This record gives sequence, structure tokens and C-alpha cells, in this order.
Amino acid sequence: MTESAETPVHHPDTVANAIATPERVQPYDALGLKPNEYEEIKKLLGRRPTSGELAMYSVMWSEHCSYKSSKIYLRQFGKKVTPKMNEKLMVGMGENAGVVDIGEGWAVTFKVESHNHPSYIEPFQGAATGVGGIVRDIISMGARPVAVMDQLRFGKIDEADTARVVHGVVSGISSYSNCLGLPNIGGETIFDPVYQANPLVNALAVGVLKHEDLHLANASGAGNKVVLFGARTGGDGIGGASILASDTFAEGGPTKRPSVQVGDPFAEKVLIECCMELYQQDLVEGIQDLGAAGISCATSELASNGDGGMFIELDGVLLRDPSLTPEEILMSESQERMMAVVEPSKLDAFLEVTKKWDVETSVLGEVTDTGRLIINWHGEEIVNVDPRTVAIDGPVYERPVSYPAWIDALQADSASTLARPADSDTAALREQFLKLLGSPNLADKSWVTNQYDYYVLGNTALSFPDDAGMIRVDEESGLGFSIATDANGRYCQLDPYAGAQLALAEAYRNVAATGAVPTAVTDCLNFGSPENPEVMWQFSQAVEGLSDACQTLEIPVTGGNVSFYNQTGDVPIFPTPVVGVLGIIDDVARRIPSGWQDAGEHLYLLGVTREELDGSTWADVVHGHLGGRPPAVDLAAERDLAELIHAGAQESLISAAHDLSEGGLGQALAEGVMRFGVGARVWLAELMQRDGVDAATALFSESTARMLVAVSHEDEVKFKGLCEGRGVPVLRIGVTTGAGESAELELQDLFTASVDDLRRTNRATLPEYFGPVVGG
Amino acid sequence: MRIGVVTFPGSLDDKDAQRAVSIVGAEPVALWHADHDLKGVDAIILPGGFSYGDYLRAGAIAAISPIMREVIEAANAGMPVLGICNGFQVLVESHLLPGGLIRNDCQQFVRRDQRIRVENNTTAWTSDFAAGQEITIPLKNADGGYIANAETLKRLEGEGLVAFRYLDVNPNGSLNDIAGITNERGNVVGLMPHPEHAVELGFGPQGAERMRSGLDGLPFFTSVVSQFVNA
Repeated sequence: MTESAETPVHHPDTVANAIATPERVQPYDALGLKPNEYEEIKKLLGRRPTSGELAMYSVMWSEHCSYKSSKIYLRQFGKKVTPKMNEKLMVGMGENAGVVDIGEGWAVTFKVESHNHPSYIEPFQGAATGVGGIVRDIISMGARPVAVMDQLRFGKIDEADTARVVHGVVSGISSYSNCLGLPNIGGETIFDPVYQANPLVNALAVGVLKHEDLHLANASGAGNKVVLFGARTGGDGIGGASILASDTFAEGGPTKRPSVQVGDPFAEKVLIECCMELYQQDLVEGIQDLGAAGISCATSELASNGDGGMFIELDGVLLRDPSLTPEEILMSESQERMMAVVEPSKLDAFLEVTKKWDVETSVLGEVTDTGRLIINWHGEEIVNVDPRTVAIDGPVYERPVSYPAWIDALQADSASTLARPADSDTAALREQFLKLLGSPNLADKSWVTNQYDYYVLGNTALSFPDDAGMIRVDEESGLGFSIATDANGRYCQLDPYAGAQLALAEAYRNVAATGAVPTAVTDCLNFGSPENPEVMWQFSQAVEGLSDACQTLEIPVTGGNVSFYNQTGDVPIFPTPVVGVLGIIDDVARRIPSGWQDAGEHLYLLGVTREELDGSTWADVVHGHLGGRPPAVDLAAERDLAELIHAGAQESLISAAHDLSEGGLGQALAEGVMRFGVGARVWLAELMQRDGVDAATALFSESTARMLVAVSHEDEVKFKGLCEGRGVPVLRIGVTTGAGESAELELQDLFTASVDDLRRTNRATLPEYFGPVVGG
Repeated sequence: MRIGVVTFPGSLDDKDAQRAVSIVGAEPVALWHADHDLKGVDAIILPGGFSYGDYLRAGAIAAISPIMREVIEAANAGMPVLGICNGFQVLVESHLLPGGLIRNDCQQFVRRDQRIRVENNTTAWTSDFAAGQEITIPLKNADGGYIANAETLKRLEGEGLVAFRYLDVNPNGSLNDIAGITNERGNVVGLMPHPEHAVELGFGPQGAERMRSGLDGLPFFTSVVSQFVNA
């Protein structure tokens, strides 16, 4: 509400005034509401809204808060379920975050969310508050946050503006999550020109709780107090949700910088500890974090999910800026705030805890049984609405969908027509292998991850560069979880249905590779404008693909986020459904790393290699090509593979497992060697013969449901028996060799590269553009 | 033996320090910044983190928090005190140790497995190390650059008060590669790297044999326990 909105209202627009002045012109369009939506509000109220009510409806009915364009599709996740999918699900979609039973009385809550638009305008604060927001979602479920990870997509690595965004985003995440004391254990960093003026900054957080500590965002029990605590309310982020997250960046428009929120991780850290103590003493009936749409969202959602009524005296809100109008207070997205519902008899104890942590607290009102959300400002009624109309029964759109005419030609343009080096041209194969290894998306990401603390809390069993992050939950039993996220926008551009399934399959495979059992899913669906029918087609395809695949694999989506309007001008980003999979592991001591640590182990390739180079990193890096059909999805094979690895992990047969994905077998071998600096001698002749592929395809194809594993030679018979018993194609392709200076990756009859050469190539790329990594 | 771990608002590695104390068989005692009560502990750890959000200067506000009056008194009376990372910053701001800690010269937060040399194995927290022993423990901070004036540096070096020195890489621009120092008496020790994150198989830095298996932090805690037992 900076440049474009109405002039500040010093004498508030009361309900009585709204009734008396029906003719007053209201700036609903500047607040992001469409004419039909404004008419709908008038119909619901039987009068024009007050300016405070208009502020509330405008933020809560924004795309970001209401899911008005995606709702009809997201329902599929709730419908495509099997009994097994509900077994471990304690809280599903619709709450702040989903909750999964991991056994031994423990539960895990996790969610991924977008903070894309703020991060382009102000990369540091945008990314920092993205972490802060998702962490508060986790706290509000009653859980202690224990890990974060970020899914980052930037423009072309050598474009001048990319470095600005990268530096800001990474230092924002580093500064916020390190200062919160949360290990950052994984994530993605991708560069592609489609994200040039619309980077994707997604943040995921995981929390753990005992079953009995589960809290939900509802306001029940008339007479219970409504308490706001945490940071003071200021003028930051006003209109952030409705205007920033729901509009594209128009050239020449007014600056939107003041709409980006500013984070204070110290305030959030104290808030976490304060909430944990409140839960421990059982002082909270219901709780909700303040994120997008601030007090508007918290009051209307708490009231809608509870007994339906609430009375608030808004002048009780502690302000950082005393000149804020009531409308601005309702819309402010100041960070590090929570709203709790507290029994009157527990209020003193509640205030004692917040005082101990020096967290400012104000009692704003109470739960009522009137079915109305009533907000007063200095004794005058400025809001009187049915909270469900604000929070739940917002508009729902069935947007026009149209099949993109261009996709047929794109799919017809297969990478199989691109030139591949002959098997005898070993110099060209080596050159392409190294070119991929040093390409921005396959290059070492230490420049980013060395700025993240993964040690804090002392429970990190795995983190980057392993396939998934893993955290110990129970220090006695070793019970833990593993988590990975994936998305391949190039695949999704070729086929959004398959692309979304491929994202799920890869995250599932990554989690399985660590020895955990994949159990639940979260997603962050990043797309272009929903008003573009072709984008809506992509979206509908992706949701259908993802929900179908979740049903087949029998792992439920527990929550997530939709981010639309990711485009610059008329050009949408590639559809980028980021999928996170969470797995359970009985004892983290049995975790499997992505590389081998000893010489003399057998290397096996699991799965089948086909000529699947369409959409591959090879096609991109070597030929600058995108076309054809993405690799085939085989969910049954993925499940067999995951079950095999889990069975092998239970018997401690597998000493390393690494999923094959972008860059294919060549990249997986290089990463396996580089992980601990232990070399390997590999022969591909049998593989090429069995699968009928040439050397380039064997090295660079991105066929799915494949993994590279290392097994001690004594366990060969047992392991191969396990594979055959489960029908997983297995082929021995090599042996691990020595460590030290002479360590190398030898591909027999093709080429050899020393570990030093591999690391030099892999590690040079990011520092070349963003500056040195400390210690090299 | 009872070892207190002080929690300030914004302390992050306090639970990890407590875990390390338990692992060596001592009893961890949680101490609260706002109390004037050391609960009868025999040694004190000031843990890592961002106390008070590093506002003003890292460690500056924590240094004047209520419990520090008792900590300073106890330290001056000879009680073993270990400051890790933010705890080191607090010790410096409290003038229990000389010098100061400034922004890393690379201007970034750095997290890495850091090799350091134990330069002084006669302190309360280093007696279980061999002289000159080279160890690897995690380092993670934004303000780890050790500075002091020429006179202080000369005294630190001359009197053997440099307790730890960075090897291979100086990750933050510390003068003389100083990673940690001790007072003359050897009871107060501060360092930027984190020994409490190298005490448990599977959760430490990369070890020579196995991933995350480094245990080079254990002697910090066994040193103080064995001196207590032998006293």
C-alpha cells in the first residue's frame, strides 16, 4: 500500500461508516482484487467493506494465500489415496505443515515453500525471511525445528545480474539459518536462463515432536485469550503477499522494495525457545504463525478452524511505528510473530514464559461463540465478518486451460539426432565427460554450502554432497529421517506430467539411497501465470502426474505451496515442481553415503540403461539442445530398487549408494570417486552389450530407476542373490581402487582421469563467477 | 564432576556442549544468563552461537549479562572456563582474554573441517593433548578473525599463550594464524573452532578412516575431567 493505494485513514472507516457511505469508491484494484471479487465481498457483507475489511479480503483472497487458481487441482492429492498412505499420516494438507508418525512416539513435520518474488527484488532479505517463514510454520505445529534446506534456481551463471542474486540469496540464507542454529543439510542450486529475472528461492524446514505435543491452528473455547507475541509490528511487507507474490514484474513500474519483509533471526531463535517452553508447560490451546497477510491471516484462520468467533482490540498490537493505520496493521507482514490461544487460567504462566525470554506479548482479545470476527480500533468496530469467508471460502477459479501448440514440435525434436562421439573416439568422450563435470549444474556447490552450518545440534548424520540429508531424532535408539528434494524444469518443459513424476522419482530414489524408507511428500509448485491457459495446462498436468505417482508409490503429499506468476514479461519459467521426499530410518548408524571409502569393493550398476538423452544435461551442455521426451518413468522399478537398498542396508551389505540422474553414469562415477578420494576401475563393455547402447549413451543417458552401489567383495553372493530375488537388474561394472595422490577413475578402454583432475574441474566453476571458496 | 554450560539468548551449541560433557562422563549443568548462580559447578563452558544476535559486536552484550559477574569471579579464582566460538568472543569482550575478534577477512560465514595445532598442552582444557599435536575439528563462524595490538601479540607468543594455531588454511585472517588462546594461569581458554562437534562417531568431521568419525574434540573435555579427578 505504498504508492498506489488510498491515502492513510486517520479516522478509521468503521462498520457504521461503511453502512452510511455505500457510494464511497474503494481502491480494490490497487490491492489486487478483481471487480467480480469486490462485488462478491459486498454481497457477502450486505454492504461495502470497511477499508480494514477490504485490506483483509485483499490479502487473504490473493493467489498466494487463497490458492484460488490451484485449489480445484490440489484436491486430487486428497482423493488419490490408498489405506497405506494414511497409516503414518497424523496431519495432512491444509494445516501449517503435514505431520508424519515415524515411530517410537516420535513424529516429523516438514514443508517446502516459495519466496521467489521477494528474493529477486531484495535477495538477502527475501531469502532470509523465506527461511524464517517456513521455520515458523514448523514451530506452529508444536515441533522443534531441526533442519532446513533450500532449493535455488538462478539465471545463467555468466549473466552479470546472476552474481548479485546469488550472493544476496546465499548470504541471506546463511545469515538467517546459521543464526537460528539450524543445520542446513541439502538442497539444490541450478542455473538456467529461464530463471534470469525470476529466480526460484524455495525453503524447506523439518521439525520433530512427540505425538502428544502436536498443536493445531484453531481457536476453540469461548473466553480463551488471543495473544500476539514476538517482534513488534512495523510497516514492512505491507501488501507483500497480495501484490508481490501475485503479480509479475512489469518494466517501469514503481519500486516494490519497501514491500519486502526484513528478518531478525535472533528474534526468531528466541521465539523458538519461548514456544518450546510454552508447549512443554502445556500453556497453549491453539497457535498460528504470522506470515503472509499477518494478523488478517492469523485471526481469520484461527477463528475459522475453531469455534468461529473472535473479538480483537487492534490498538493492543505493539507497534514499531506508531503512525501505522489499522489497515496497515492488519496487512503488515513483519516477521517473527506468533498468535496463540490461551486459557485464562494459564495466562499468567504464559506471560511468565514470554517474559523469561524477553519476548514482547500483548493480549488482543478472546475467542467468542458469535461466529463473527470482530475487530475494534479505539473502541470503534472496523471489522465484522464471518471469518470463513475470509480464510476458507475465498474465490475458486477454474481457469481456462489450453494445450500448448508448441509442445508437439518440441517433443518431436529428439536428442537422438544429435551427434555422439563414436566408441573409438575416446578423446571426445573424455572431453564431454569433463565438460559435464564442470558445467554449472553438475559442478561442486561448496561455494554455497560452505556458508551453511550443518554441525549445529549435533545430529546430522548425512548432508551435502550425499544423496539426501539425514538427521538423528532419538539419541538413544538412533531413529532418524532422511530428506531430499528434486525438480528438473527441462524435463517438465518437455512433458509436465512425466516431469513432475520424475522429480518425485528422483527424490524418492535419493532418500532410498541412504538406506531410509521413503514415507511422505511435500511439494512447492513453481509455475508461470495462471492467467495464461498454457501455464494452467502445465500446472494441471504436473499435479495430475504427481498425484498419480504418489498413489502408485503409496506415499502421501502432506502439504506444500503453489507459486504462480513466475515469469518475466510474457515468458513463463519452465514448470518447476520441487518435490521433497521424507524417509524413515530405524537407526542412522546404518546410513549409506554416496561414495566409497575403501579399496577392493565391487561396484554394481542397478537398473537398465536406455538411449534417453532427451532433456539431458549432456544435450544441454554439449549441444545447447532441449527437445524430445524425458526419460521414461518406471515407478514399480523405483519401488523395487528402494526396497532392495533398504534390505541391503538392514544387513549392512551396501557401503555406498548413489542415484543416477542428471549427467548419468559418468557423473555418478565421478562423484563416487570424489566423495572420499578413493579411485575406481570401471568396465562398460558388458553394460553396452547387455543394454545395446554405445559408450556415450552408457555414460550420459539419464534413464531412471538406476543406482551405483559399492559392496564388499565378501558380500558379493549375498548381494547378487538379493537383487535377483527382487528382480532388480544388476551388473558388476567395476572395483574400487586406492586412495591418495595416485587415485583415479579409470574407464577401461575409454579414458582415465585422476581424482585431482576431477576435483579441479568440478570445483572451479562456481568460484570463477562468485569468488573463492575458503581453503579451495 | 559438574560442568556448567551457560545459555544466553541466541546460544546455539549449548546442547552440543552439554552432550560432549556427558560423553566424557561428567555431569552437564545448564546455567541461565539472567541468574547470578553457578549452581556449584566445577568448570564452565561458554558455548557457540549468536548471543543477542551479535548486536553491537559479537559477544559484547553477553559479556555484561548477569551471570558473567559470577563467571569472571570464578575464572579469576582459577575455575576452568572454556569459550567456544561465540564463547571465545564473550571471553574477549569480558577481558578474561586479550585481543578481539572481527569479521572473517573473506566477508562470509565459513564452515569447514579445520586442521589446527595444539601449541600449549599445559592448560586446563588441553593437558590430554601431546605438545604440538595436530587435530581436526569443525570451524563455523562469521566473526573469527583474531586481532590484538603488537605488544599483546608479542606477549602471547613470548609467554606461550597461543593455545591453537590454524594449519593449511587461515580461514578468517586471524593474526599469526591464531585459532585460540589461554590466560597465563591456563584455566581460561578460548578458541573459534568447535571441539564439541568432534566427540561422537558418525557426527563429527571427516576422519582419516571413516566419514564423520573425527573425535579430536574429546581431549578438551577429558583434560578438564582428569585434572579435576587428580586434584
